[in-house]
Amino acid sequence: MGSNMAENHPVGFRWPMKARERGATIIHVDPRFSRTSAAANLYVPIRSGSDIAFLGGLINYVLSRDLWFHEYVLAYTNASSIINEQYVDAEENGGIFSGYDPKSGSYDNASWAYAGPPQEANEDAAAHSGHGMEGTSPAKHQPARDETLQHPRSVFQILKRHYARYTPEMVEQVCGTPKDLFLQVADVLVKNSGRERTSAICYAVGWTQQSYGAQIIRAAGILQLLLGNMGRPGGGIMALRGHASIQGSTDVPTLFDLLPGYLPHPSVIKGDDTLEKYMRESAVRGGYWSNLPKFMVSLLKAWYGDAATKDNEYGYQWIPKLTGDHSHVTTSAAMADGEVKGFIVFGQNPANGSPNGGLQRKALTQLDWLVAVDLYETETAAFWYAAPEGWKPSDIKTEIFLLPTAGPAEKDGTFTNTQRLLQFHDKAVDPPGDARSDLWLVYHLGRRLKALYRDSTRPQDQGLRHLTWDYLPERTDRRWRIRDEPSAEAVLKEMNGSTVADRKLVADFAALKDDGSTACGVWIYSGVYPDEGKNMARRRVKGDGWVSSEWGFSWPANRRMLYNRASTDPQGKPWSERKKYIWWDPAQGKWTGFDRPDFPETKAPDTPPKADGTGVDLHSGSDPFTLKADGRGWLFAPSGLKDGPLPTHYEPLESPLRNALYPRQDSPVAKRFPRKDNPISPPGDAEYPYIVTTYRVTEQYTSGVMSRWVGWLSELMPEMFAEISPELAAEKGIENMDWIVVSSRRSQIECRALVTQRMRPFRHNGRVIHEIGLPYHWGYKGLVTGAMANDLVPLSEEPNVYIQEDKAFTCNIRKGRLR
Amino acid sequence: MIDTYKRLMNVEPPPPAKKPRGFFTDTSLCIGCKACEVACKQWNRLPADGFAMTGNSYDNTGSLGATTWRHVQFIEQAKANSSRQDQRWLMMSDVCKHCANAACLEACPTGALIRTEYDTVYVQQDICNGCGFCVPACPFGVIDRAPKHGQFEPGTAHKCTLCYDRLKDDMTPACAKSCPTASIQFGDVEELQQRARRRLAELKARGETKAELYGMPEGKEAAEVGPLHAFFLLLDRPQTYNLPELPRLPRKTMAQRYGWSAAVGVGFALVGALVFGRRR
Repeated sequence: MGSNMAENHPVGFRWPMKARERGATIIHVDPRFSRTSAAANLYVPIRSGSDIAFLGGLINYVLSRDLWFHEYVLAYTNASSIINEQYVDAEENGGIFSGYDPKSGSYDNASWAYAGPPQEANEDAAAHSGHGMEGTSPAKHQPARDETLQHPRSVFQILKRHYARYTPEMVEQVCGTPKDLFLQVADVLVKNSGRERTSAICYAVGWTQQSYGAQIIRAAGILQLLLGNMGRPGGGIMALRGHASIQGSTDVPTLFDLLPGYLPHPSVIKGDDTLEKYMRESAVRGGYWSNLPKFMVSLLKAWYGDAATKDNEYGYQWIPKLTGDHSHVTTSAAMADGEVKGFIVFGQNPANGSPNGGLQRKALTQLDWLVAVDLYETETAAFWYAAPEGWKPSDIKTEIFLLPTAGPAEKDGTFTNTQRLLQFHDKAVDPPGDARSDLWLVYHLGRRLKALYRDSTRPQDQGLRHLTWDYLPERTDRRWRIRDEPSAEAVLKEMNGSTVADRKLVADFAALKDDGSTACGVWIYSGVYPDEGKNMARRRVKGDGWVSSEWGFSWPANRRMLYNRASTDPQGKPWSERKKYIWWDPAQGKWTGFDRPDFPETKAPDTPPKADGTGVDLHSGSDPFTLKADGRGWLFAPSGLKDGPLPTHYEPLESPLRNALYPRQDSPVAKRFPRKDNPISPPGDAEYPYIVTTYRVTEQYTSGVMSRWVGWLSELMPEMFAEISPELAAEKGIENMDWIVVSSRRSQIECRALVTQRMRPFRHNGRVIHEIGLPYHWGYKGLVTGAMANDLVPLSEEPNVYIQEDKAFTCNIRKGRLR
Repeated sequence: MIDTYKRLMNVEPPPPAKKPRGFFTDTSLCIGCKACEVACKQWNRLPADGFAMTGNSYDNTGSLGATTWRHVQFIEQAKANSSRQDQRWLMMSDVCKHCANAACLEACPTGALIRTEYDTVYVQQDICNGCGFCVPACPFGVIDRAPKHGQFEPGTAHKCTLCYDRLKDDMTPACAKSCPTASIQFGDVEELQQRARRRLAELKARGETKAELYGMPEGKEAAEVGPLHAFFLLLDRPQTYNLPELPRLPRKTMAQRYGWSAAVGVGFALVGALVFGRRR
């Protein structure tokens, strides 16, 4: 669901194909019949934007027919935990949870907490809801639990009530999915889950690029926990990333609200005045996040070296603190208002790749300077003379620098792929002419900036002055023309971490300390370079074809599957011989198996939780979800999310339909950008009656920068088109290959109509709703050019991860051309 | 005397025969990614053929040609009702069949078309004079003449070489190498044929009743052109994929055609004699 894997991950799709050949059932739930649908055993149509209703339907199916994996759910999830008395579910409150403040459009999640005395991390969990920072600590008490699951405020009963109305009939009404197909999906999932069998769910941006994307993934998490599919071979939820190393870019990261390794970025709003306060509030006493101070201090030591001392909080004050939302979408809006002076763009192409293209391009005109670093001249670099707005170059005040960069084969480095696997690749050839690797550009920019600020005494410049910045190799590599290339391995070693005193690489993050004696750039990557000359990401041992632990390096600590403790029963025996993965070996007194256990290695299954400990000591020997404060998989999320503890169906911000489940139409906390240049259609807008979804095709790549300059790829998908059903085409008098104009409240574009049975109308309560599809690969540079689908997309933000909603919005179409 | 000729003309002995090599293209595994098309063009340095959308599903390649040696077809099927019953999207990577009795080779008057030691059909570019006889001879419409403007000598014939240069170095042809789902399988033809029979039985057992093999020695399509060394597993009738049910070999019908030509000639002569003869 939410993924077109065959088209967008064709190489990875060989594995589902192999599984299919060995008898697995592939189900594709998608608004379009795509190449993935063609390869699937079962295609199930769903209206864009209704994924939570569908998954909620499955959850209800499993709960109401008592098909959940009892032993797993009782032992490994928070089903038995009891929730606060103040909690009011969306079911009883018109689609809104307790704690909502309509004025600020945000939730106070205090009432979602576990029942009992106030917990130490509750108050700041809302503030620190970075990726992975999900902690309510049961530290001061064990959460109140009812193992019979009968307590009305137990998570299990709340869950049951919350999804009771998500019936197969409701799914048909909301999603437009025929009831019999939905029931077929439910049946296949249930039959392929349990002790002997497991099912996996794959998703991609079809889920994330919605105004409640994180909640869709949560819904999948609930379903997989109920079916016992987490932490087990063949199970899990697979996030298919959109680019080759986008996983790496969130790990290291390029996200504004995170420091490397998913540590929350210090923030003024959260009151992170001192390192001590930041660490106290960010660390969670229960679970592995209790180690946060070790990771943070080691990070500061990696960044500031000898200048970071205990007396100056290891340089904590040199890190700029967040003052608000600095995400891409918000920054684009600010840029359009002239609030941003300069912009450096690496491998990104907002002029046609980001939502509301017209606004994005206008934003570029407001800059003083723009540096575009890419393989080709992007739409972003060329807006000043080639944008469809037809601006006169003499009227553009922005000074633009286009820096040519190196392709993957022209530089050393790592890719981190979807399953957290780091693979190192070697440079094969020098980049042409003046082109340099991204690493070269960043390194030499930093070097020159440091030289410029060498003598500055201003406090805000001290961080730059003290930044460690020594990545040039000891010996220059005489094979290459470019002699001042920094060493990618030196960067990887810094990420791995070392002791400060003797600069010895550490074996993994267990060796990190919070007293300044270790330095580590990205704690989760620690172990990738455990010894001189031992780059684990270089390993290419094919192994058994099963876990293949010696191929590359998988974070954390080369574990291939997270939470794999859940692959055994509470006593440490595999749930089944067929699905065995790791297990407790009583003779040796440790966990062993095919993969590295994601659990303290000698902690016996019957270990009771320590009442006065910290970290995973607070968990029992049968609590597999070690990053969680209570060690359990969260069916109900007492904290960590900004839009509710349970996934709830809302309509997209733009929808032709009314929410059939709740009076509340759309996400109460998704961010809109109510501005003149970003109008959003009201629900059921008669002027824009059709749903539109955007996507990619195999032949082109994202905004086209890497594919529209390649003749062999361009000829395969040469023109922008809209996919529409024969039914809609007939209604509008459109023939295949006719020119059509697609319009939204933001803009209008012209393209060819590709009339195909692969698109279909959806029926909702007898009403027919049409959906059209738009690939977004084209722009105004390259061998092939064409209209930009993103011009139609509204600026908006999902509240947890700040992503725009472009998988479901509304449009109109007509036959003809713009002019 | 022949030996002397060979010595004087510096004629190399042909390389020793190898096991026949070919492709088994299993369309039930194709995901239509077109990696084969791109890999083929990249390895063989073939140019892009222009940037025009066809509107025929996702097929913007159109057909095999002088500079397109792999072509992925897209066939959309569904009942024209709202539930789209029996919806399928068939994909098939087409290629030169490297027929055992190759019509193009028989039609070639210059000897430019040869059978290699791998039992594949290959055009020697330094010998082809661009006569074009091979083009109408091919019952599959595979071989094609180079356009007037382009990187090849205008008019010369081109088609898949089964990556002859790669075979010489014991490498897998570019298309098969790049195929992510093993839809294109390369190997010894006999072994591939056995694999194909097993695969068909497997699919039939799974309920793919429409599945069939195309180009096997026992198939009726092999009656004239012989077994195809690039053969296919199809999920529908050959016509669905633009493949002839019975590919003809021009030679087989030549006597008949000469006969017809002669008869027509005689007929015209008779009519001429009758019409013009009287005037005298």
